[in-house]
This record gives sequence, C-alpha cells and structure tokens, in this order.
Amino acid sequence: MSILVDKNTKVICQGFTGSQGTFHSEQAIEYGTKMVGGVTPGKGGQIHLDLPVFDTVLEAFDETGADASVIYVPAAFCKDSILEAANSGIKLIVCITEGIPTLDMLAAKESCDQLGVRLIGPNCPGVITPGECKIGIMPGHIHVPGKVGIVSRSGTLTYEAVKQTTDHGFGQSSCVGIGGDPIPGSNFIDVLSLFEADPQTEAIVMIGEIGGTAEEEAAAYIKANVSKPVVAYIAGVTAPAGKRMGHAGAIISGGKGTADEKFAALQDAGVKTVRSLAEIGSGLSEITGW
Amino acid sequence: MNLHEYQAKQLFGEYGLPVSEGIAVDTASGAAAATETIGGSKWVVKAQVHAGGRGKAGGVKLVDSAEEAEAFAEQWLGKKMVTYQTDAGGQPVSKILVETCTDIAQELYLGAVVDRSSRRVVFMASVEGGVEIEKVAAETPEKILKATIDPLTGAQAYQGRDLAFRLGLKGAQIKQFTKLFLGLSKLFHDMDLALLEINPLVITDEGNLHCLDGKINIDGNAMYRQPKLREMHDPSQDDEREAQAAEWELNYVALDGNIGCMVNGAGLAMGTMDIVQLHGGSPANFLDVGGGATKERVTEAFKIILSDENVAAVLVNIFGGIVRCDLIAEGVIGAVNEVGVEVPVVVRLEGNNAELGREVLKASGLNIIAATSLSDAAEKVVAATGGAQ
Repeated sequence: MSILVDKNTKVICQGFTGSQGTFHSEQAIEYGTKMVGGVTPGKGGQIHLDLPVFDTVLEAFDETGADASVIYVPAAFCKDSILEAANSGIKLIVCITEGIPTLDMLAAKESCDQLGVRLIGPNCPGVITPGECKIGIMPGHIHVPGKVGIVSRSGTLTYEAVKQTTDHGFGQSSCVGIGGDPIPGSNFIDVLSLFEADPQTEAIVMIGEIGGTAEEEAAAYIKANVSKPVVAYIAGVTAPAGKRMGHAGAIISGGKGTADEKFAALQDAGVKTVRSLAEIGSGLSEITGW
Repeated sequence: MNLHEYQAKQLFGEYGLPVSEGIAVDTASGAAAATETIGGSKWVVKAQVHAGGRGKAGGVKLVDSAEEAEAFAEQWLGKKMVTYQTDAGGQPVSKILVETCTDIAQELYLGAVVDRSSRRVVFMASVEGGVEIEKVAAETPEKILKATIDPLTGAQAYQGRDLAFRLGLKGAQIKQFTKLFLGLSKLFHDMDLALLEINPLVITDEGNLHCLDGKINIDGNAMYRQPKLREMHDPSQDDEREAQAAEWELNYVALDGNIGCMVNGAGLAMGTMDIVQLHGGSPANFLDVGGGATKERVTEAFKIILSDENVAAVLVNIFGGIVRCDLIAEGVIGAVNEVGVEVPVVVRLEGNNAELGREVLKASGLNIIAATSLSDAAEKVVAATGGAQ
C-alpha cells in the first residue's frame, strides 16, 4: 500500500515534448513509472520517448486510460492545462510549475473540487511512492520503500527528510510535495488523512514553513484525527516579517504566519517538533522507538 | 509589487471610484504649480513611499498656500522617510501627491485580500477606519465585516448591499458603496491584485463616500500579463541587492547577521539560516540559488552575498538531487576563483556524487572548507566567524 500513486498508476505528461517534460519523463520512465503518453497540442500522432503524443488530454485519456497527469507547461498556461485535465477524466493532477498567478489557482482549485479531482501542487516536486511510481522532479535514487510518509511545502527540504529516513533505514511509504504557493491544490490535512488511512505508513514527517495558517490547521486536525506518530519541522524561524522568502506563500504578513506560532500549535497537538533540520531522522527514532 | 498611493488612486479613478483631484509631482515648484492647477484654498500634500505610517512620520500635511506646499515638497523630496513599517534607513521620497482637501464626517475601512484558508478573495469592511486594521482584527474582530467572493462567479451586488447595510450606511450611500465594492472587485481581478486597502474610506460632510487613501499590492506571479502595472513599478523603493539578485532570478533577502548563505531551494535556504542560528551564528541573508546551481549563477550569488560588508564567512548548502555534486563543486570553485572570495567558504554538498564533490573541493587548494553534514556545516561556518555569539 501507499498513497496517491503505485506501480499500476498510468501517467500522462502535459507539456510532454518540451525540455522539462522530456527530461523528467525520461527520468520517470527510467525509475519505472508507468508513463503511457503525453500531450502537446499540435503534435498529436507523433511518438516521443517511445510513447504516443496526443493533441488533447481527452484524447490521451480515452486512448490510454490514464489515472494521473503531470504538468510541466509554463505558468501562464497552467490554469488552462489543469482545467483541461480535470474536465477530461483525469483524477489526479500533479502540477510542478512555479509562478502561477494566484487568481488562476483560485479558479482552478475550485473547479477541481467541484469535479472531484485531486490536485497536487503547483510549485512542488511532485509525488513518489518509492520503487513504484515517481511523478515529478525529485531525485529517485535517494528514496527507498519503507514506512514513513512525508508531506512538505518545500522541495529540497523534502529531499533532506527523505535522505535522513533512508539513512536511518526507515524508508518512505510515499512522499508528497504540496508546494510553496499560497493556494495549493492539496494541503497538509488532505495528505495527512491519506497517510493515516494507509497501512504501510507507520509514521509521518510534516515539513512546513512560514506564511499562512496551514500548519496550525494541520495541528488541529492531527490532534483530533491522526493516531500515527508525527514529526514536524518548520522552516523560517529567522525569516523577517513582510519579506517573501523565495516561495510565493512563504511570507509573514500582518504579524501572522511565524514559525514560532506553528511550532507551538504542533507541540500543543502532541506532535514531535524538531528545531533543527538535521534532526528529522533522530526525531522519528525518538518517538517510534525504531 | 506595491504601488504608490497616487498610482492606486489613478486606478481607482479609471474604475469610476470617487477619489480626490490630485497631481503627483517630483519638484518643489511643481508642488506649488499643482495647487494652482487644482484650485481652491486648502490642499493635502502627501509624500509617496511604499510604507504605511506616513502621517505619524510627518509625511502628510494640510496646507493653505502654494508656498507651504512648495516648502513641504522641498523638505521631503530626495530624503528618506522612516516609519514604523520601514527599516532604519527608511524609504526614499521621489514624488509628492498634492490633492484637494476633503471634509471628513466619518472614517471607514474597506479592503480585500486573497484569503489562503478559504481560498477566496475576501472583502473586509469596518466602521473602525483610519486606524491600523490589524489592531482592530486582533482586539475587536466582530467589528470587521466580511464578504467572500466566489472565484467562478465573481462579486455580486447583493454582497455589496449587505456590507453597506451592516456598516450602517443610509440612502444614496448604499448604492455608492455597492458600486465601490463591485468596482474594486473588478479592479482586483483585472489587475491580479494580492491586496487592496482603502483606509480610510470616508463619508464626507455631504454624506458621500470617498477614497481618501489607497494601497495596492500586485501578485508578482501575474506581472507578465500586467504591462501597464509593470510600468508603474518604482525601483527606488526596492532593496538594491534584492533587485540585483532578481535580475539573475535569484531570490535574495538581506538580514543583519554576518554569515552569508547560498542554498538551492527556498525551504532549504530558510532551514539553513535557522540551523546557523541554532549553532550560535547569525545569518546575513536568505538566498535561493535555484535548482541548477551553475557556475554562472553561483558566481552572481557570491557577488551579491559579498556586497554586504558584514559578511565574514559564507555557507554554501546544496542538495544535488538530479544535478551531480561534483559539477556543483566545480562551479563553486570556479566562482570562488572568479570573484576572488577572501572570506572562508564552508560548503556542504549532499545527494548525487556527494563524496566526489567533497574531494574536488579539497583538491582545489582554495579557502574552502568541505562539511560532511548539515550540522557539521553550521558548526564550521560559525567557528570560522569566531564561534557562537
């Protein structure tokens, strides 16, 4: 078991023939992901990376029965791509692209919700179930199949957590990058509820950062609904207020969204918090006895 | 991106919203001339900076002669204004807004933001205008009225009427407010705003609604489709180093410590600053060098970090996911050589070919300290600056 994706997940790529789409699709295929084709309008009928190219997502869905689509198209076209996938029968959309206008995301997210489509990202590394399916830009080789579920707002921080859980011999059940934007398609709670229900996941690592209140909301959810041990790390204790720290969503505004508030909410919910990024693995050992 | 008040009001005007007649000038004589052009016998002169708290800082004044307007402009133009929202250096004043004077009977608040929790644009209105709205929200949250905009259908007139009645507005004010609400909502969506504030929105002695101030922040991700707003950008209000970094698509934020940080990934960059502090050091900056971390980008990143004279050592922390660490190591060596870095540089490479990367660094003969882990890197860079403070 795992969450969201496994060895049977059939994946198409939007923006398939572009440089990003090509590079990361090659990596995904090499990893063993069941890539079944891709979409580039106007290039339908061609073969790319030994897979069929389609003009529309609907065509790709009808021909391949894809379960998931990964989006590498430029930010200006992402709303369109997300809506196309959502309206074509795709049930899981993973959008990697950074820089999508917030108002585009408000509409895209609302449409996905109404259609019952799950959206991961944007501005994220993607989703991986080690040894089975990699959708996104994360380096596959640092992952090993195992028992820790990882959910994070940051790409490279996810890799740090992955590496530590690999080095400690715990491995990962699945890893989900929910992305650094203010309006993510899925939030901590969405992913925490999947990990709680997944028998392979025995413990959870949650990585947050400054900005917004998603971590506080997750803390309340964990307190009421999550029985598995959770280790949390929040980045940005040293971040100044009012400055955007790289990610569009990483900003302390009006005095709200500080790391200290988030740490406090998570501690109050019984979560094991670590102040040092280097202590995620040892934090897991401490609360699980592994 | 932020707009100046005069630019926000220009947009309000274009959307048919009630604003004072005003002229933005950049010379003292221009300020005097503006009073003549506008006419009347009383004017308000307001220094334009991207920060709140201008009134308390002496940046807003009621004047009743052209000479007084000129003297005010003379006093502020080319100077920096320090308010509770700026840093100690303040923000430069390069424009003065000269406006007609408005008689105020009551001050209201009207604003809109993208609310991350509800994933909606939310309008907020309050009878507590003219004061810090964060304070009202914290102390008397019941005094903030809200209207939530459906992202698929947009703002509706009934929502404006509802806010107007709840604000206690009467008669013609209801229609005026509804028009204002719908106009602002259209502006918000047309112009990809992230935040919009009219504080205060006043009721004049005649009982009409009037936008007395205007604050607009635009979604940086949407600037590519807002050419008109791009032209309104005032680079003098930006931090110089941050602007220089942005030209290379590097995210840089200056802090006041002495350990420069160069990291790939925004989250890891924050995590690196935090771990430096945990080990008793003080980070000088946030810098996300991006996924590629090529020699060119690393070189530019070094230049920006070292332009801060407080920097006594640099910590380079790269998680090489798909990019090989030995290539990154060569990039770092090339950059250190090219820039002529004189302070100690601690490098932590992790991921693909990390061991080889560390060997390449050691063999370089440069003042580069290779770290074996994140904690090790933090310890070494803090030690290189003379130990924990």
